[in-house]
Amino acid sequence: MADEAIFLLLHNEMVAGLYRAAEQGEGENGRCTTKLESMGFRVGQGLIERFTKDTARFKDELDIMKFICKDFWTTVFKKQIDNLRTNHQGIYVLQDNKFRLLTQISAGKQYLEHAPKYLAFTCGLIRGGLSNLGIKSIVTAEVSSMPACKFQVMIQKM
Amino acid sequence: NSELFTLTYGALVTQLCKDYENDEDVNKQLDKMGYNIGVRLIEDFLARSNVGRCHDFRETADVIAKVAFKMYLGITPSITNWSPGGDEFSLILENNPLVDFVELPDNHSSLIYSNLLCGVLRGALEMVQMAVDVKFVQDTLKGDSVTEIRMKFLRRIEDNLPAGEE
Repeated sequence: MADEAIFLLLHNEMVAGLYRAAEQGEGENGRCTTKLESMGFRVGQGLIERFTKDTARFKDELDIMKFICKDFWTTVFKKQIDNLRTNHQGIYVLQDNKFRLLTQISAGKQYLEHAPKYLAFTCGLIRGGLSNLGIKSIVTAEVSSMPACKFQVMIQKM
Repeated sequence: NSELFTLTYGALVTQLCKDYENDEDVNKQLDKMGYNIGVRLIEDFLARSNVGRCHDFRETADVIAKVAFKMYLGITPSITNWSPGGDEFSLILENNPLVDFVELPDNHSSLIYSNLLCGVLRGALEMVQMAVDVKFVQDTLKGDSVTEIRMKFLRRIEDNLPAGEE
């Protein structure tokens, strides 16, 4: 869909632009991932406010995670999370077998070392969304073979 | 879902304002990023829209306003203020989806918030052999009643032949 195309282009240019600026010495390299993650965080907070304006109250933490996996992921990435696992002690693993932001990069292991750059924003997105639902978390991502990836959410007890 | 794009764009501008000391540098960076997006967007656009080659700048204006803007931003700007020579026109946007939820603080009065759009248009048109100058002349964020983008045709870009060939 056209609106997905412009988001994809904007996201990829944001990643490229930040790393370009870092190379030219306008900032340290390690900060790029942090910047992308915090941008995602702001967007996640804003989006979740809009999406949950009229929804019913969530029953519990698992209910919230299911919302993220189904409604939230569908609105943002036009598909649901393929697999959700949890240890029922605050750790959730969200698996997306065909992550929209990676499908154009490669199918397999080529460019694997660049994949984390394209996941930082989305990690922030999830963390921001959860934050505005009252959940503090740490979100990381791992890829072993594109375009499949896993997002790990660790709930922080406050 | 346009909100994702709008919110992401807002986060980008905010981050750039933190990274660069003055508004002019942010404007330049937005233009540059827009250009990079534009040179790729044109391919997506041509593939989706199936429009043929434009024969003159008027056709180009129509395609930009009625097809491209509609397709990507869901709005149809109106085309006005043609120059006598037919090489300059204005796009009038009654509402600019990029600025939903946005207010410019007082210390950023020279920021051209939507400057990415200028770069996108410039980059996209360059890929179809048109060198253009694009700039905002009115902006609802700065209190104007509409947002106006002025587009000027500079020259046709000829394909460069390799050195030594005729």
